[in-house]
Amino acid sequence: MELDPLILSRIQFAFVVCFHAIFPVFTIGLASFIAVLEALSFKTGNPIWQRLSKFWIQVFAVVFGMGVVSGIVMSFQFGTNWSNFSYATANFLGPVLSYEVVTAFFLEAAFLGVLLFGRDKVPQGVHLFAAIMVALGTFISSFWILAANSLMHTPDGLVLRDGLYYVASWRDSIFNPSFGYRFMHMALASFLTASFVVAGVTAWFIMQKRELEANKKALSISLWLILILAPAQVLVGDFHGLNTLKHQPMKVAAMEGNWETGTGVPLLLFALPDQENQQNLFEIKIPKLASFILTHDWDGEVPGLNEVAPDKQPPVFIVFWAFRVMVAMGMLMVLFGLAGLWLRRGGRYLENRTFLNGLRVMSLSPFIAVLSGWIVTETGRAPWLIYEQMTHAQGLTPSLTGGMALFTLIGYIAVYAMVFSAGVFYLMTVFRGGLETANAEHVDSDVEKAQRPISAANANLEGGL
Amino acid sequence: MDQPFDLVVIWAGIIGFAVMMYVLMDGFDLGQGILYPFAPDDHSRDIMMNSVAPVWDGNETWLVLGGAGLLAAFPLVYSVFLPALYIGVFLMLAGLIFRGVAFEFRFKANTTKYLWDWAFAGGSFVAAFAQGAVVGAYVQGFETSNFVYVGGALDWLTPFTVITGLGLVAGYALLGSTWLIMKTEGELQQWAYKITPILLIAVLAVFGVVSLYTPFVDQGVLNRWFNGVSIIWLLPILALYCAFLVFRAVKKQQEGMPFVATMGLFLFTYLGLLASKWPYLVPPDYTLWDAASAYESQLFLLLGFLFVIPFVLGYIAWSYYIFRGKVKGGYH
Repeated sequence: MELDPLILSRIQFAFVVCFHAIFPVFTIGLASFIAVLEALSFKTGNPIWQRLSKFWIQVFAVVFGMGVVSGIVMSFQFGTNWSNFSYATANFLGPVLSYEVVTAFFLEAAFLGVLLFGRDKVPQGVHLFAAIMVALGTFISSFWILAANSLMHTPDGLVLRDGLYYVASWRDSIFNPSFGYRFMHMALASFLTASFVVAGVTAWFIMQKRELEANKKALSISLWLILILAPAQVLVGDFHGLNTLKHQPMKVAAMEGNWETGTGVPLLLFALPDQENQQNLFEIKIPKLASFILTHDWDGEVPGLNEVAPDKQPPVFIVFWAFRVMVAMGMLMVLFGLAGLWLRRGGRYLENRTFLNGLRVMSLSPFIAVLSGWIVTETGRAPWLIYEQMTHAQGLTPSLTGGMALFTLIGYIAVYAMVFSAGVFYLMTVFRGGLETANAEHVDSDVEKAQRPISAANANLEGGL
Repeated sequence: MDQPFDLVVIWAGIIGFAVMMYVLMDGFDLGQGILYPFAPDDHSRDIMMNSVAPVWDGNETWLVLGGAGLLAAFPLVYSVFLPALYIGVFLMLAGLIFRGVAFEFRFKANTTKYLWDWAFAGGSFVAAFAQGAVVGAYVQGFETSNFVYVGGALDWLTPFTVITGLGLVAGYALLGSTWLIMKTEGELQQWAYKITPILLIAVLAVFGVVSLYTPFVDQGVLNRWFNGVSIIWLLPILALYCAFLVFRAVKKQQEGMPFVATMGLFLFTYLGLLASKWPYLVPPDYTLWDAASAYESQLFLLLGFLFVIPFVLGYIAWSYYIFRGKVKGGYH
């Protein structure tokens, strides 16, 4: 069998980027949460804020570490597997990624050290400042990387000369037409992710009656956030969808499973898109609803996949279903926000075990939503690497063979499987240790006997598995 | 060129600076991993890891800056080196992943702690070796056609690059041991004093082999060094002087000097290498100017760098200042 470096490289990129994405989407929101906790601690002096902060900083450290190492991989992927793309777009991509490094990565790295290890070495105000800088760094980072990504969807402000892109307008290329929507959508996704993880873990603590005073406050904050953010995300997602309809109609056609341009297009609740025969099987639909959502007119015209040749269409089945998974997760999030509000009267949200167990499960939902959202937008751009300008095949590294690509694909899967399972395992250890372990007397101290505070405190936990 | 002034040389300086910063800073913390299996005891290993825990990810950020900066200023380097070194880059990244997560995981593990010791040591060794091999591959040059790499997957792997790879492993270990002299005390510090001269001799041996070998593989290098005596001869002389300073400082049991002199040894060796190859950035065919990106892109980024980099250097220095002094137990 002939190994195709193109397919293998695409699988590899999808794999490493999905693996990477789950960490920053969590840490961006969590960094802000920690900064808020530190600020409350600084302002009120109430020790429970610091108890919460110490615990979530432990969680942050593990997740951020995995984000950093998987992120270093990303910065080399463009060159190893997509060198033609990198070379052609370097005049734009290079400065944007470099700005990300100097304005965000260094900020995060330097202040993270102070946040994690410096509590006893700097005044509390400086420690708070470090927490804010880490949170700020995560946002600046997403600003630049989403500018780069958005340009691949909605290229603007560039001119192509002799196969190389030159930047005609930095403003147009960075603030390209889809950037604002993508940034808002991703920022809200990060806050929602942190809110649901905090809610899920805290719900578990509350069911075990651990550190109730602090954990009740954490759950309350996260439920208020979910109540506001989840509907806001639905709204922003809708605007982002309309923006996509304007600039990348074939992606929307694939999301809707709409093969033929028409008016009064139904919304498909279920279908099995059959790309070979350019049709859907087993459709369950609500008449005219897709037209209404996309054009705000029951008889509005919605573009269909028949507007381009089949080899210029994205893989419909993947885009169609990933979109439905994302939307379903979003709806569940809204429901949990409303349930939290309803149960708030009389403090029932702290007692209702079905709700608390539901929150535990829901802590996975933002990750599923974010990954399926990225699959929609990235797969929906296919076969284009830069929309309607450069295909995946044109961007590939010419010297890359199928064997080389297979070797590293298997390699990355093996490495990440080990790292990820260990990461999840230690994250569980941190969760089991809870606020009690994170606040144990000797943590963060600099004395001789405390070389291995976490492991000492967790000795019985790991042994008890 | 119709631009008011040539940014290419300025960018060569900036990227050169970023690469040097990376080598020096990640060098001493990769060095901890390389020395790890040989440390006197487990307690020493805790201290070694703690001595770099607050700063390692900032140090590795210089590598990301080197990568992104090359893409911005000299995209040809990025799009030729990475495909040519495809397998080596993967090994380096895998190494960096294992050692990076070991920082967090080792302290949270009990029964599996030894596995993370090996991940830290093995990952550091592989990453250092791969980086040394990149240096060797740069000296060897790359097979290109029309600005695209056309060679094979393992062309970079030769006896010469194996030597440069091992050379950098020894070099990073030397940075690591002199860092320990500065940052620790007692038994661990005495151990670091003991191994530093051995590591220095290993580094000098590779230094000698590479210096003798390079002029024979590359006519340009031969001409540069042996067509009359030039100012660049100062560089290897200064490098050797730094090596002498390391020996003397270790003998006198000075604490800061060995590390400083080792940094000097790295700096002058690096400058010597650049002097050998200048102005070729993707040897044997392409110079700095062939590899450069568009003027407006270099300018756009330069203006930002001039503003931001002083802040970056400022708060990095500040974070080192906070964690100054001897490392005793752990702040983990």
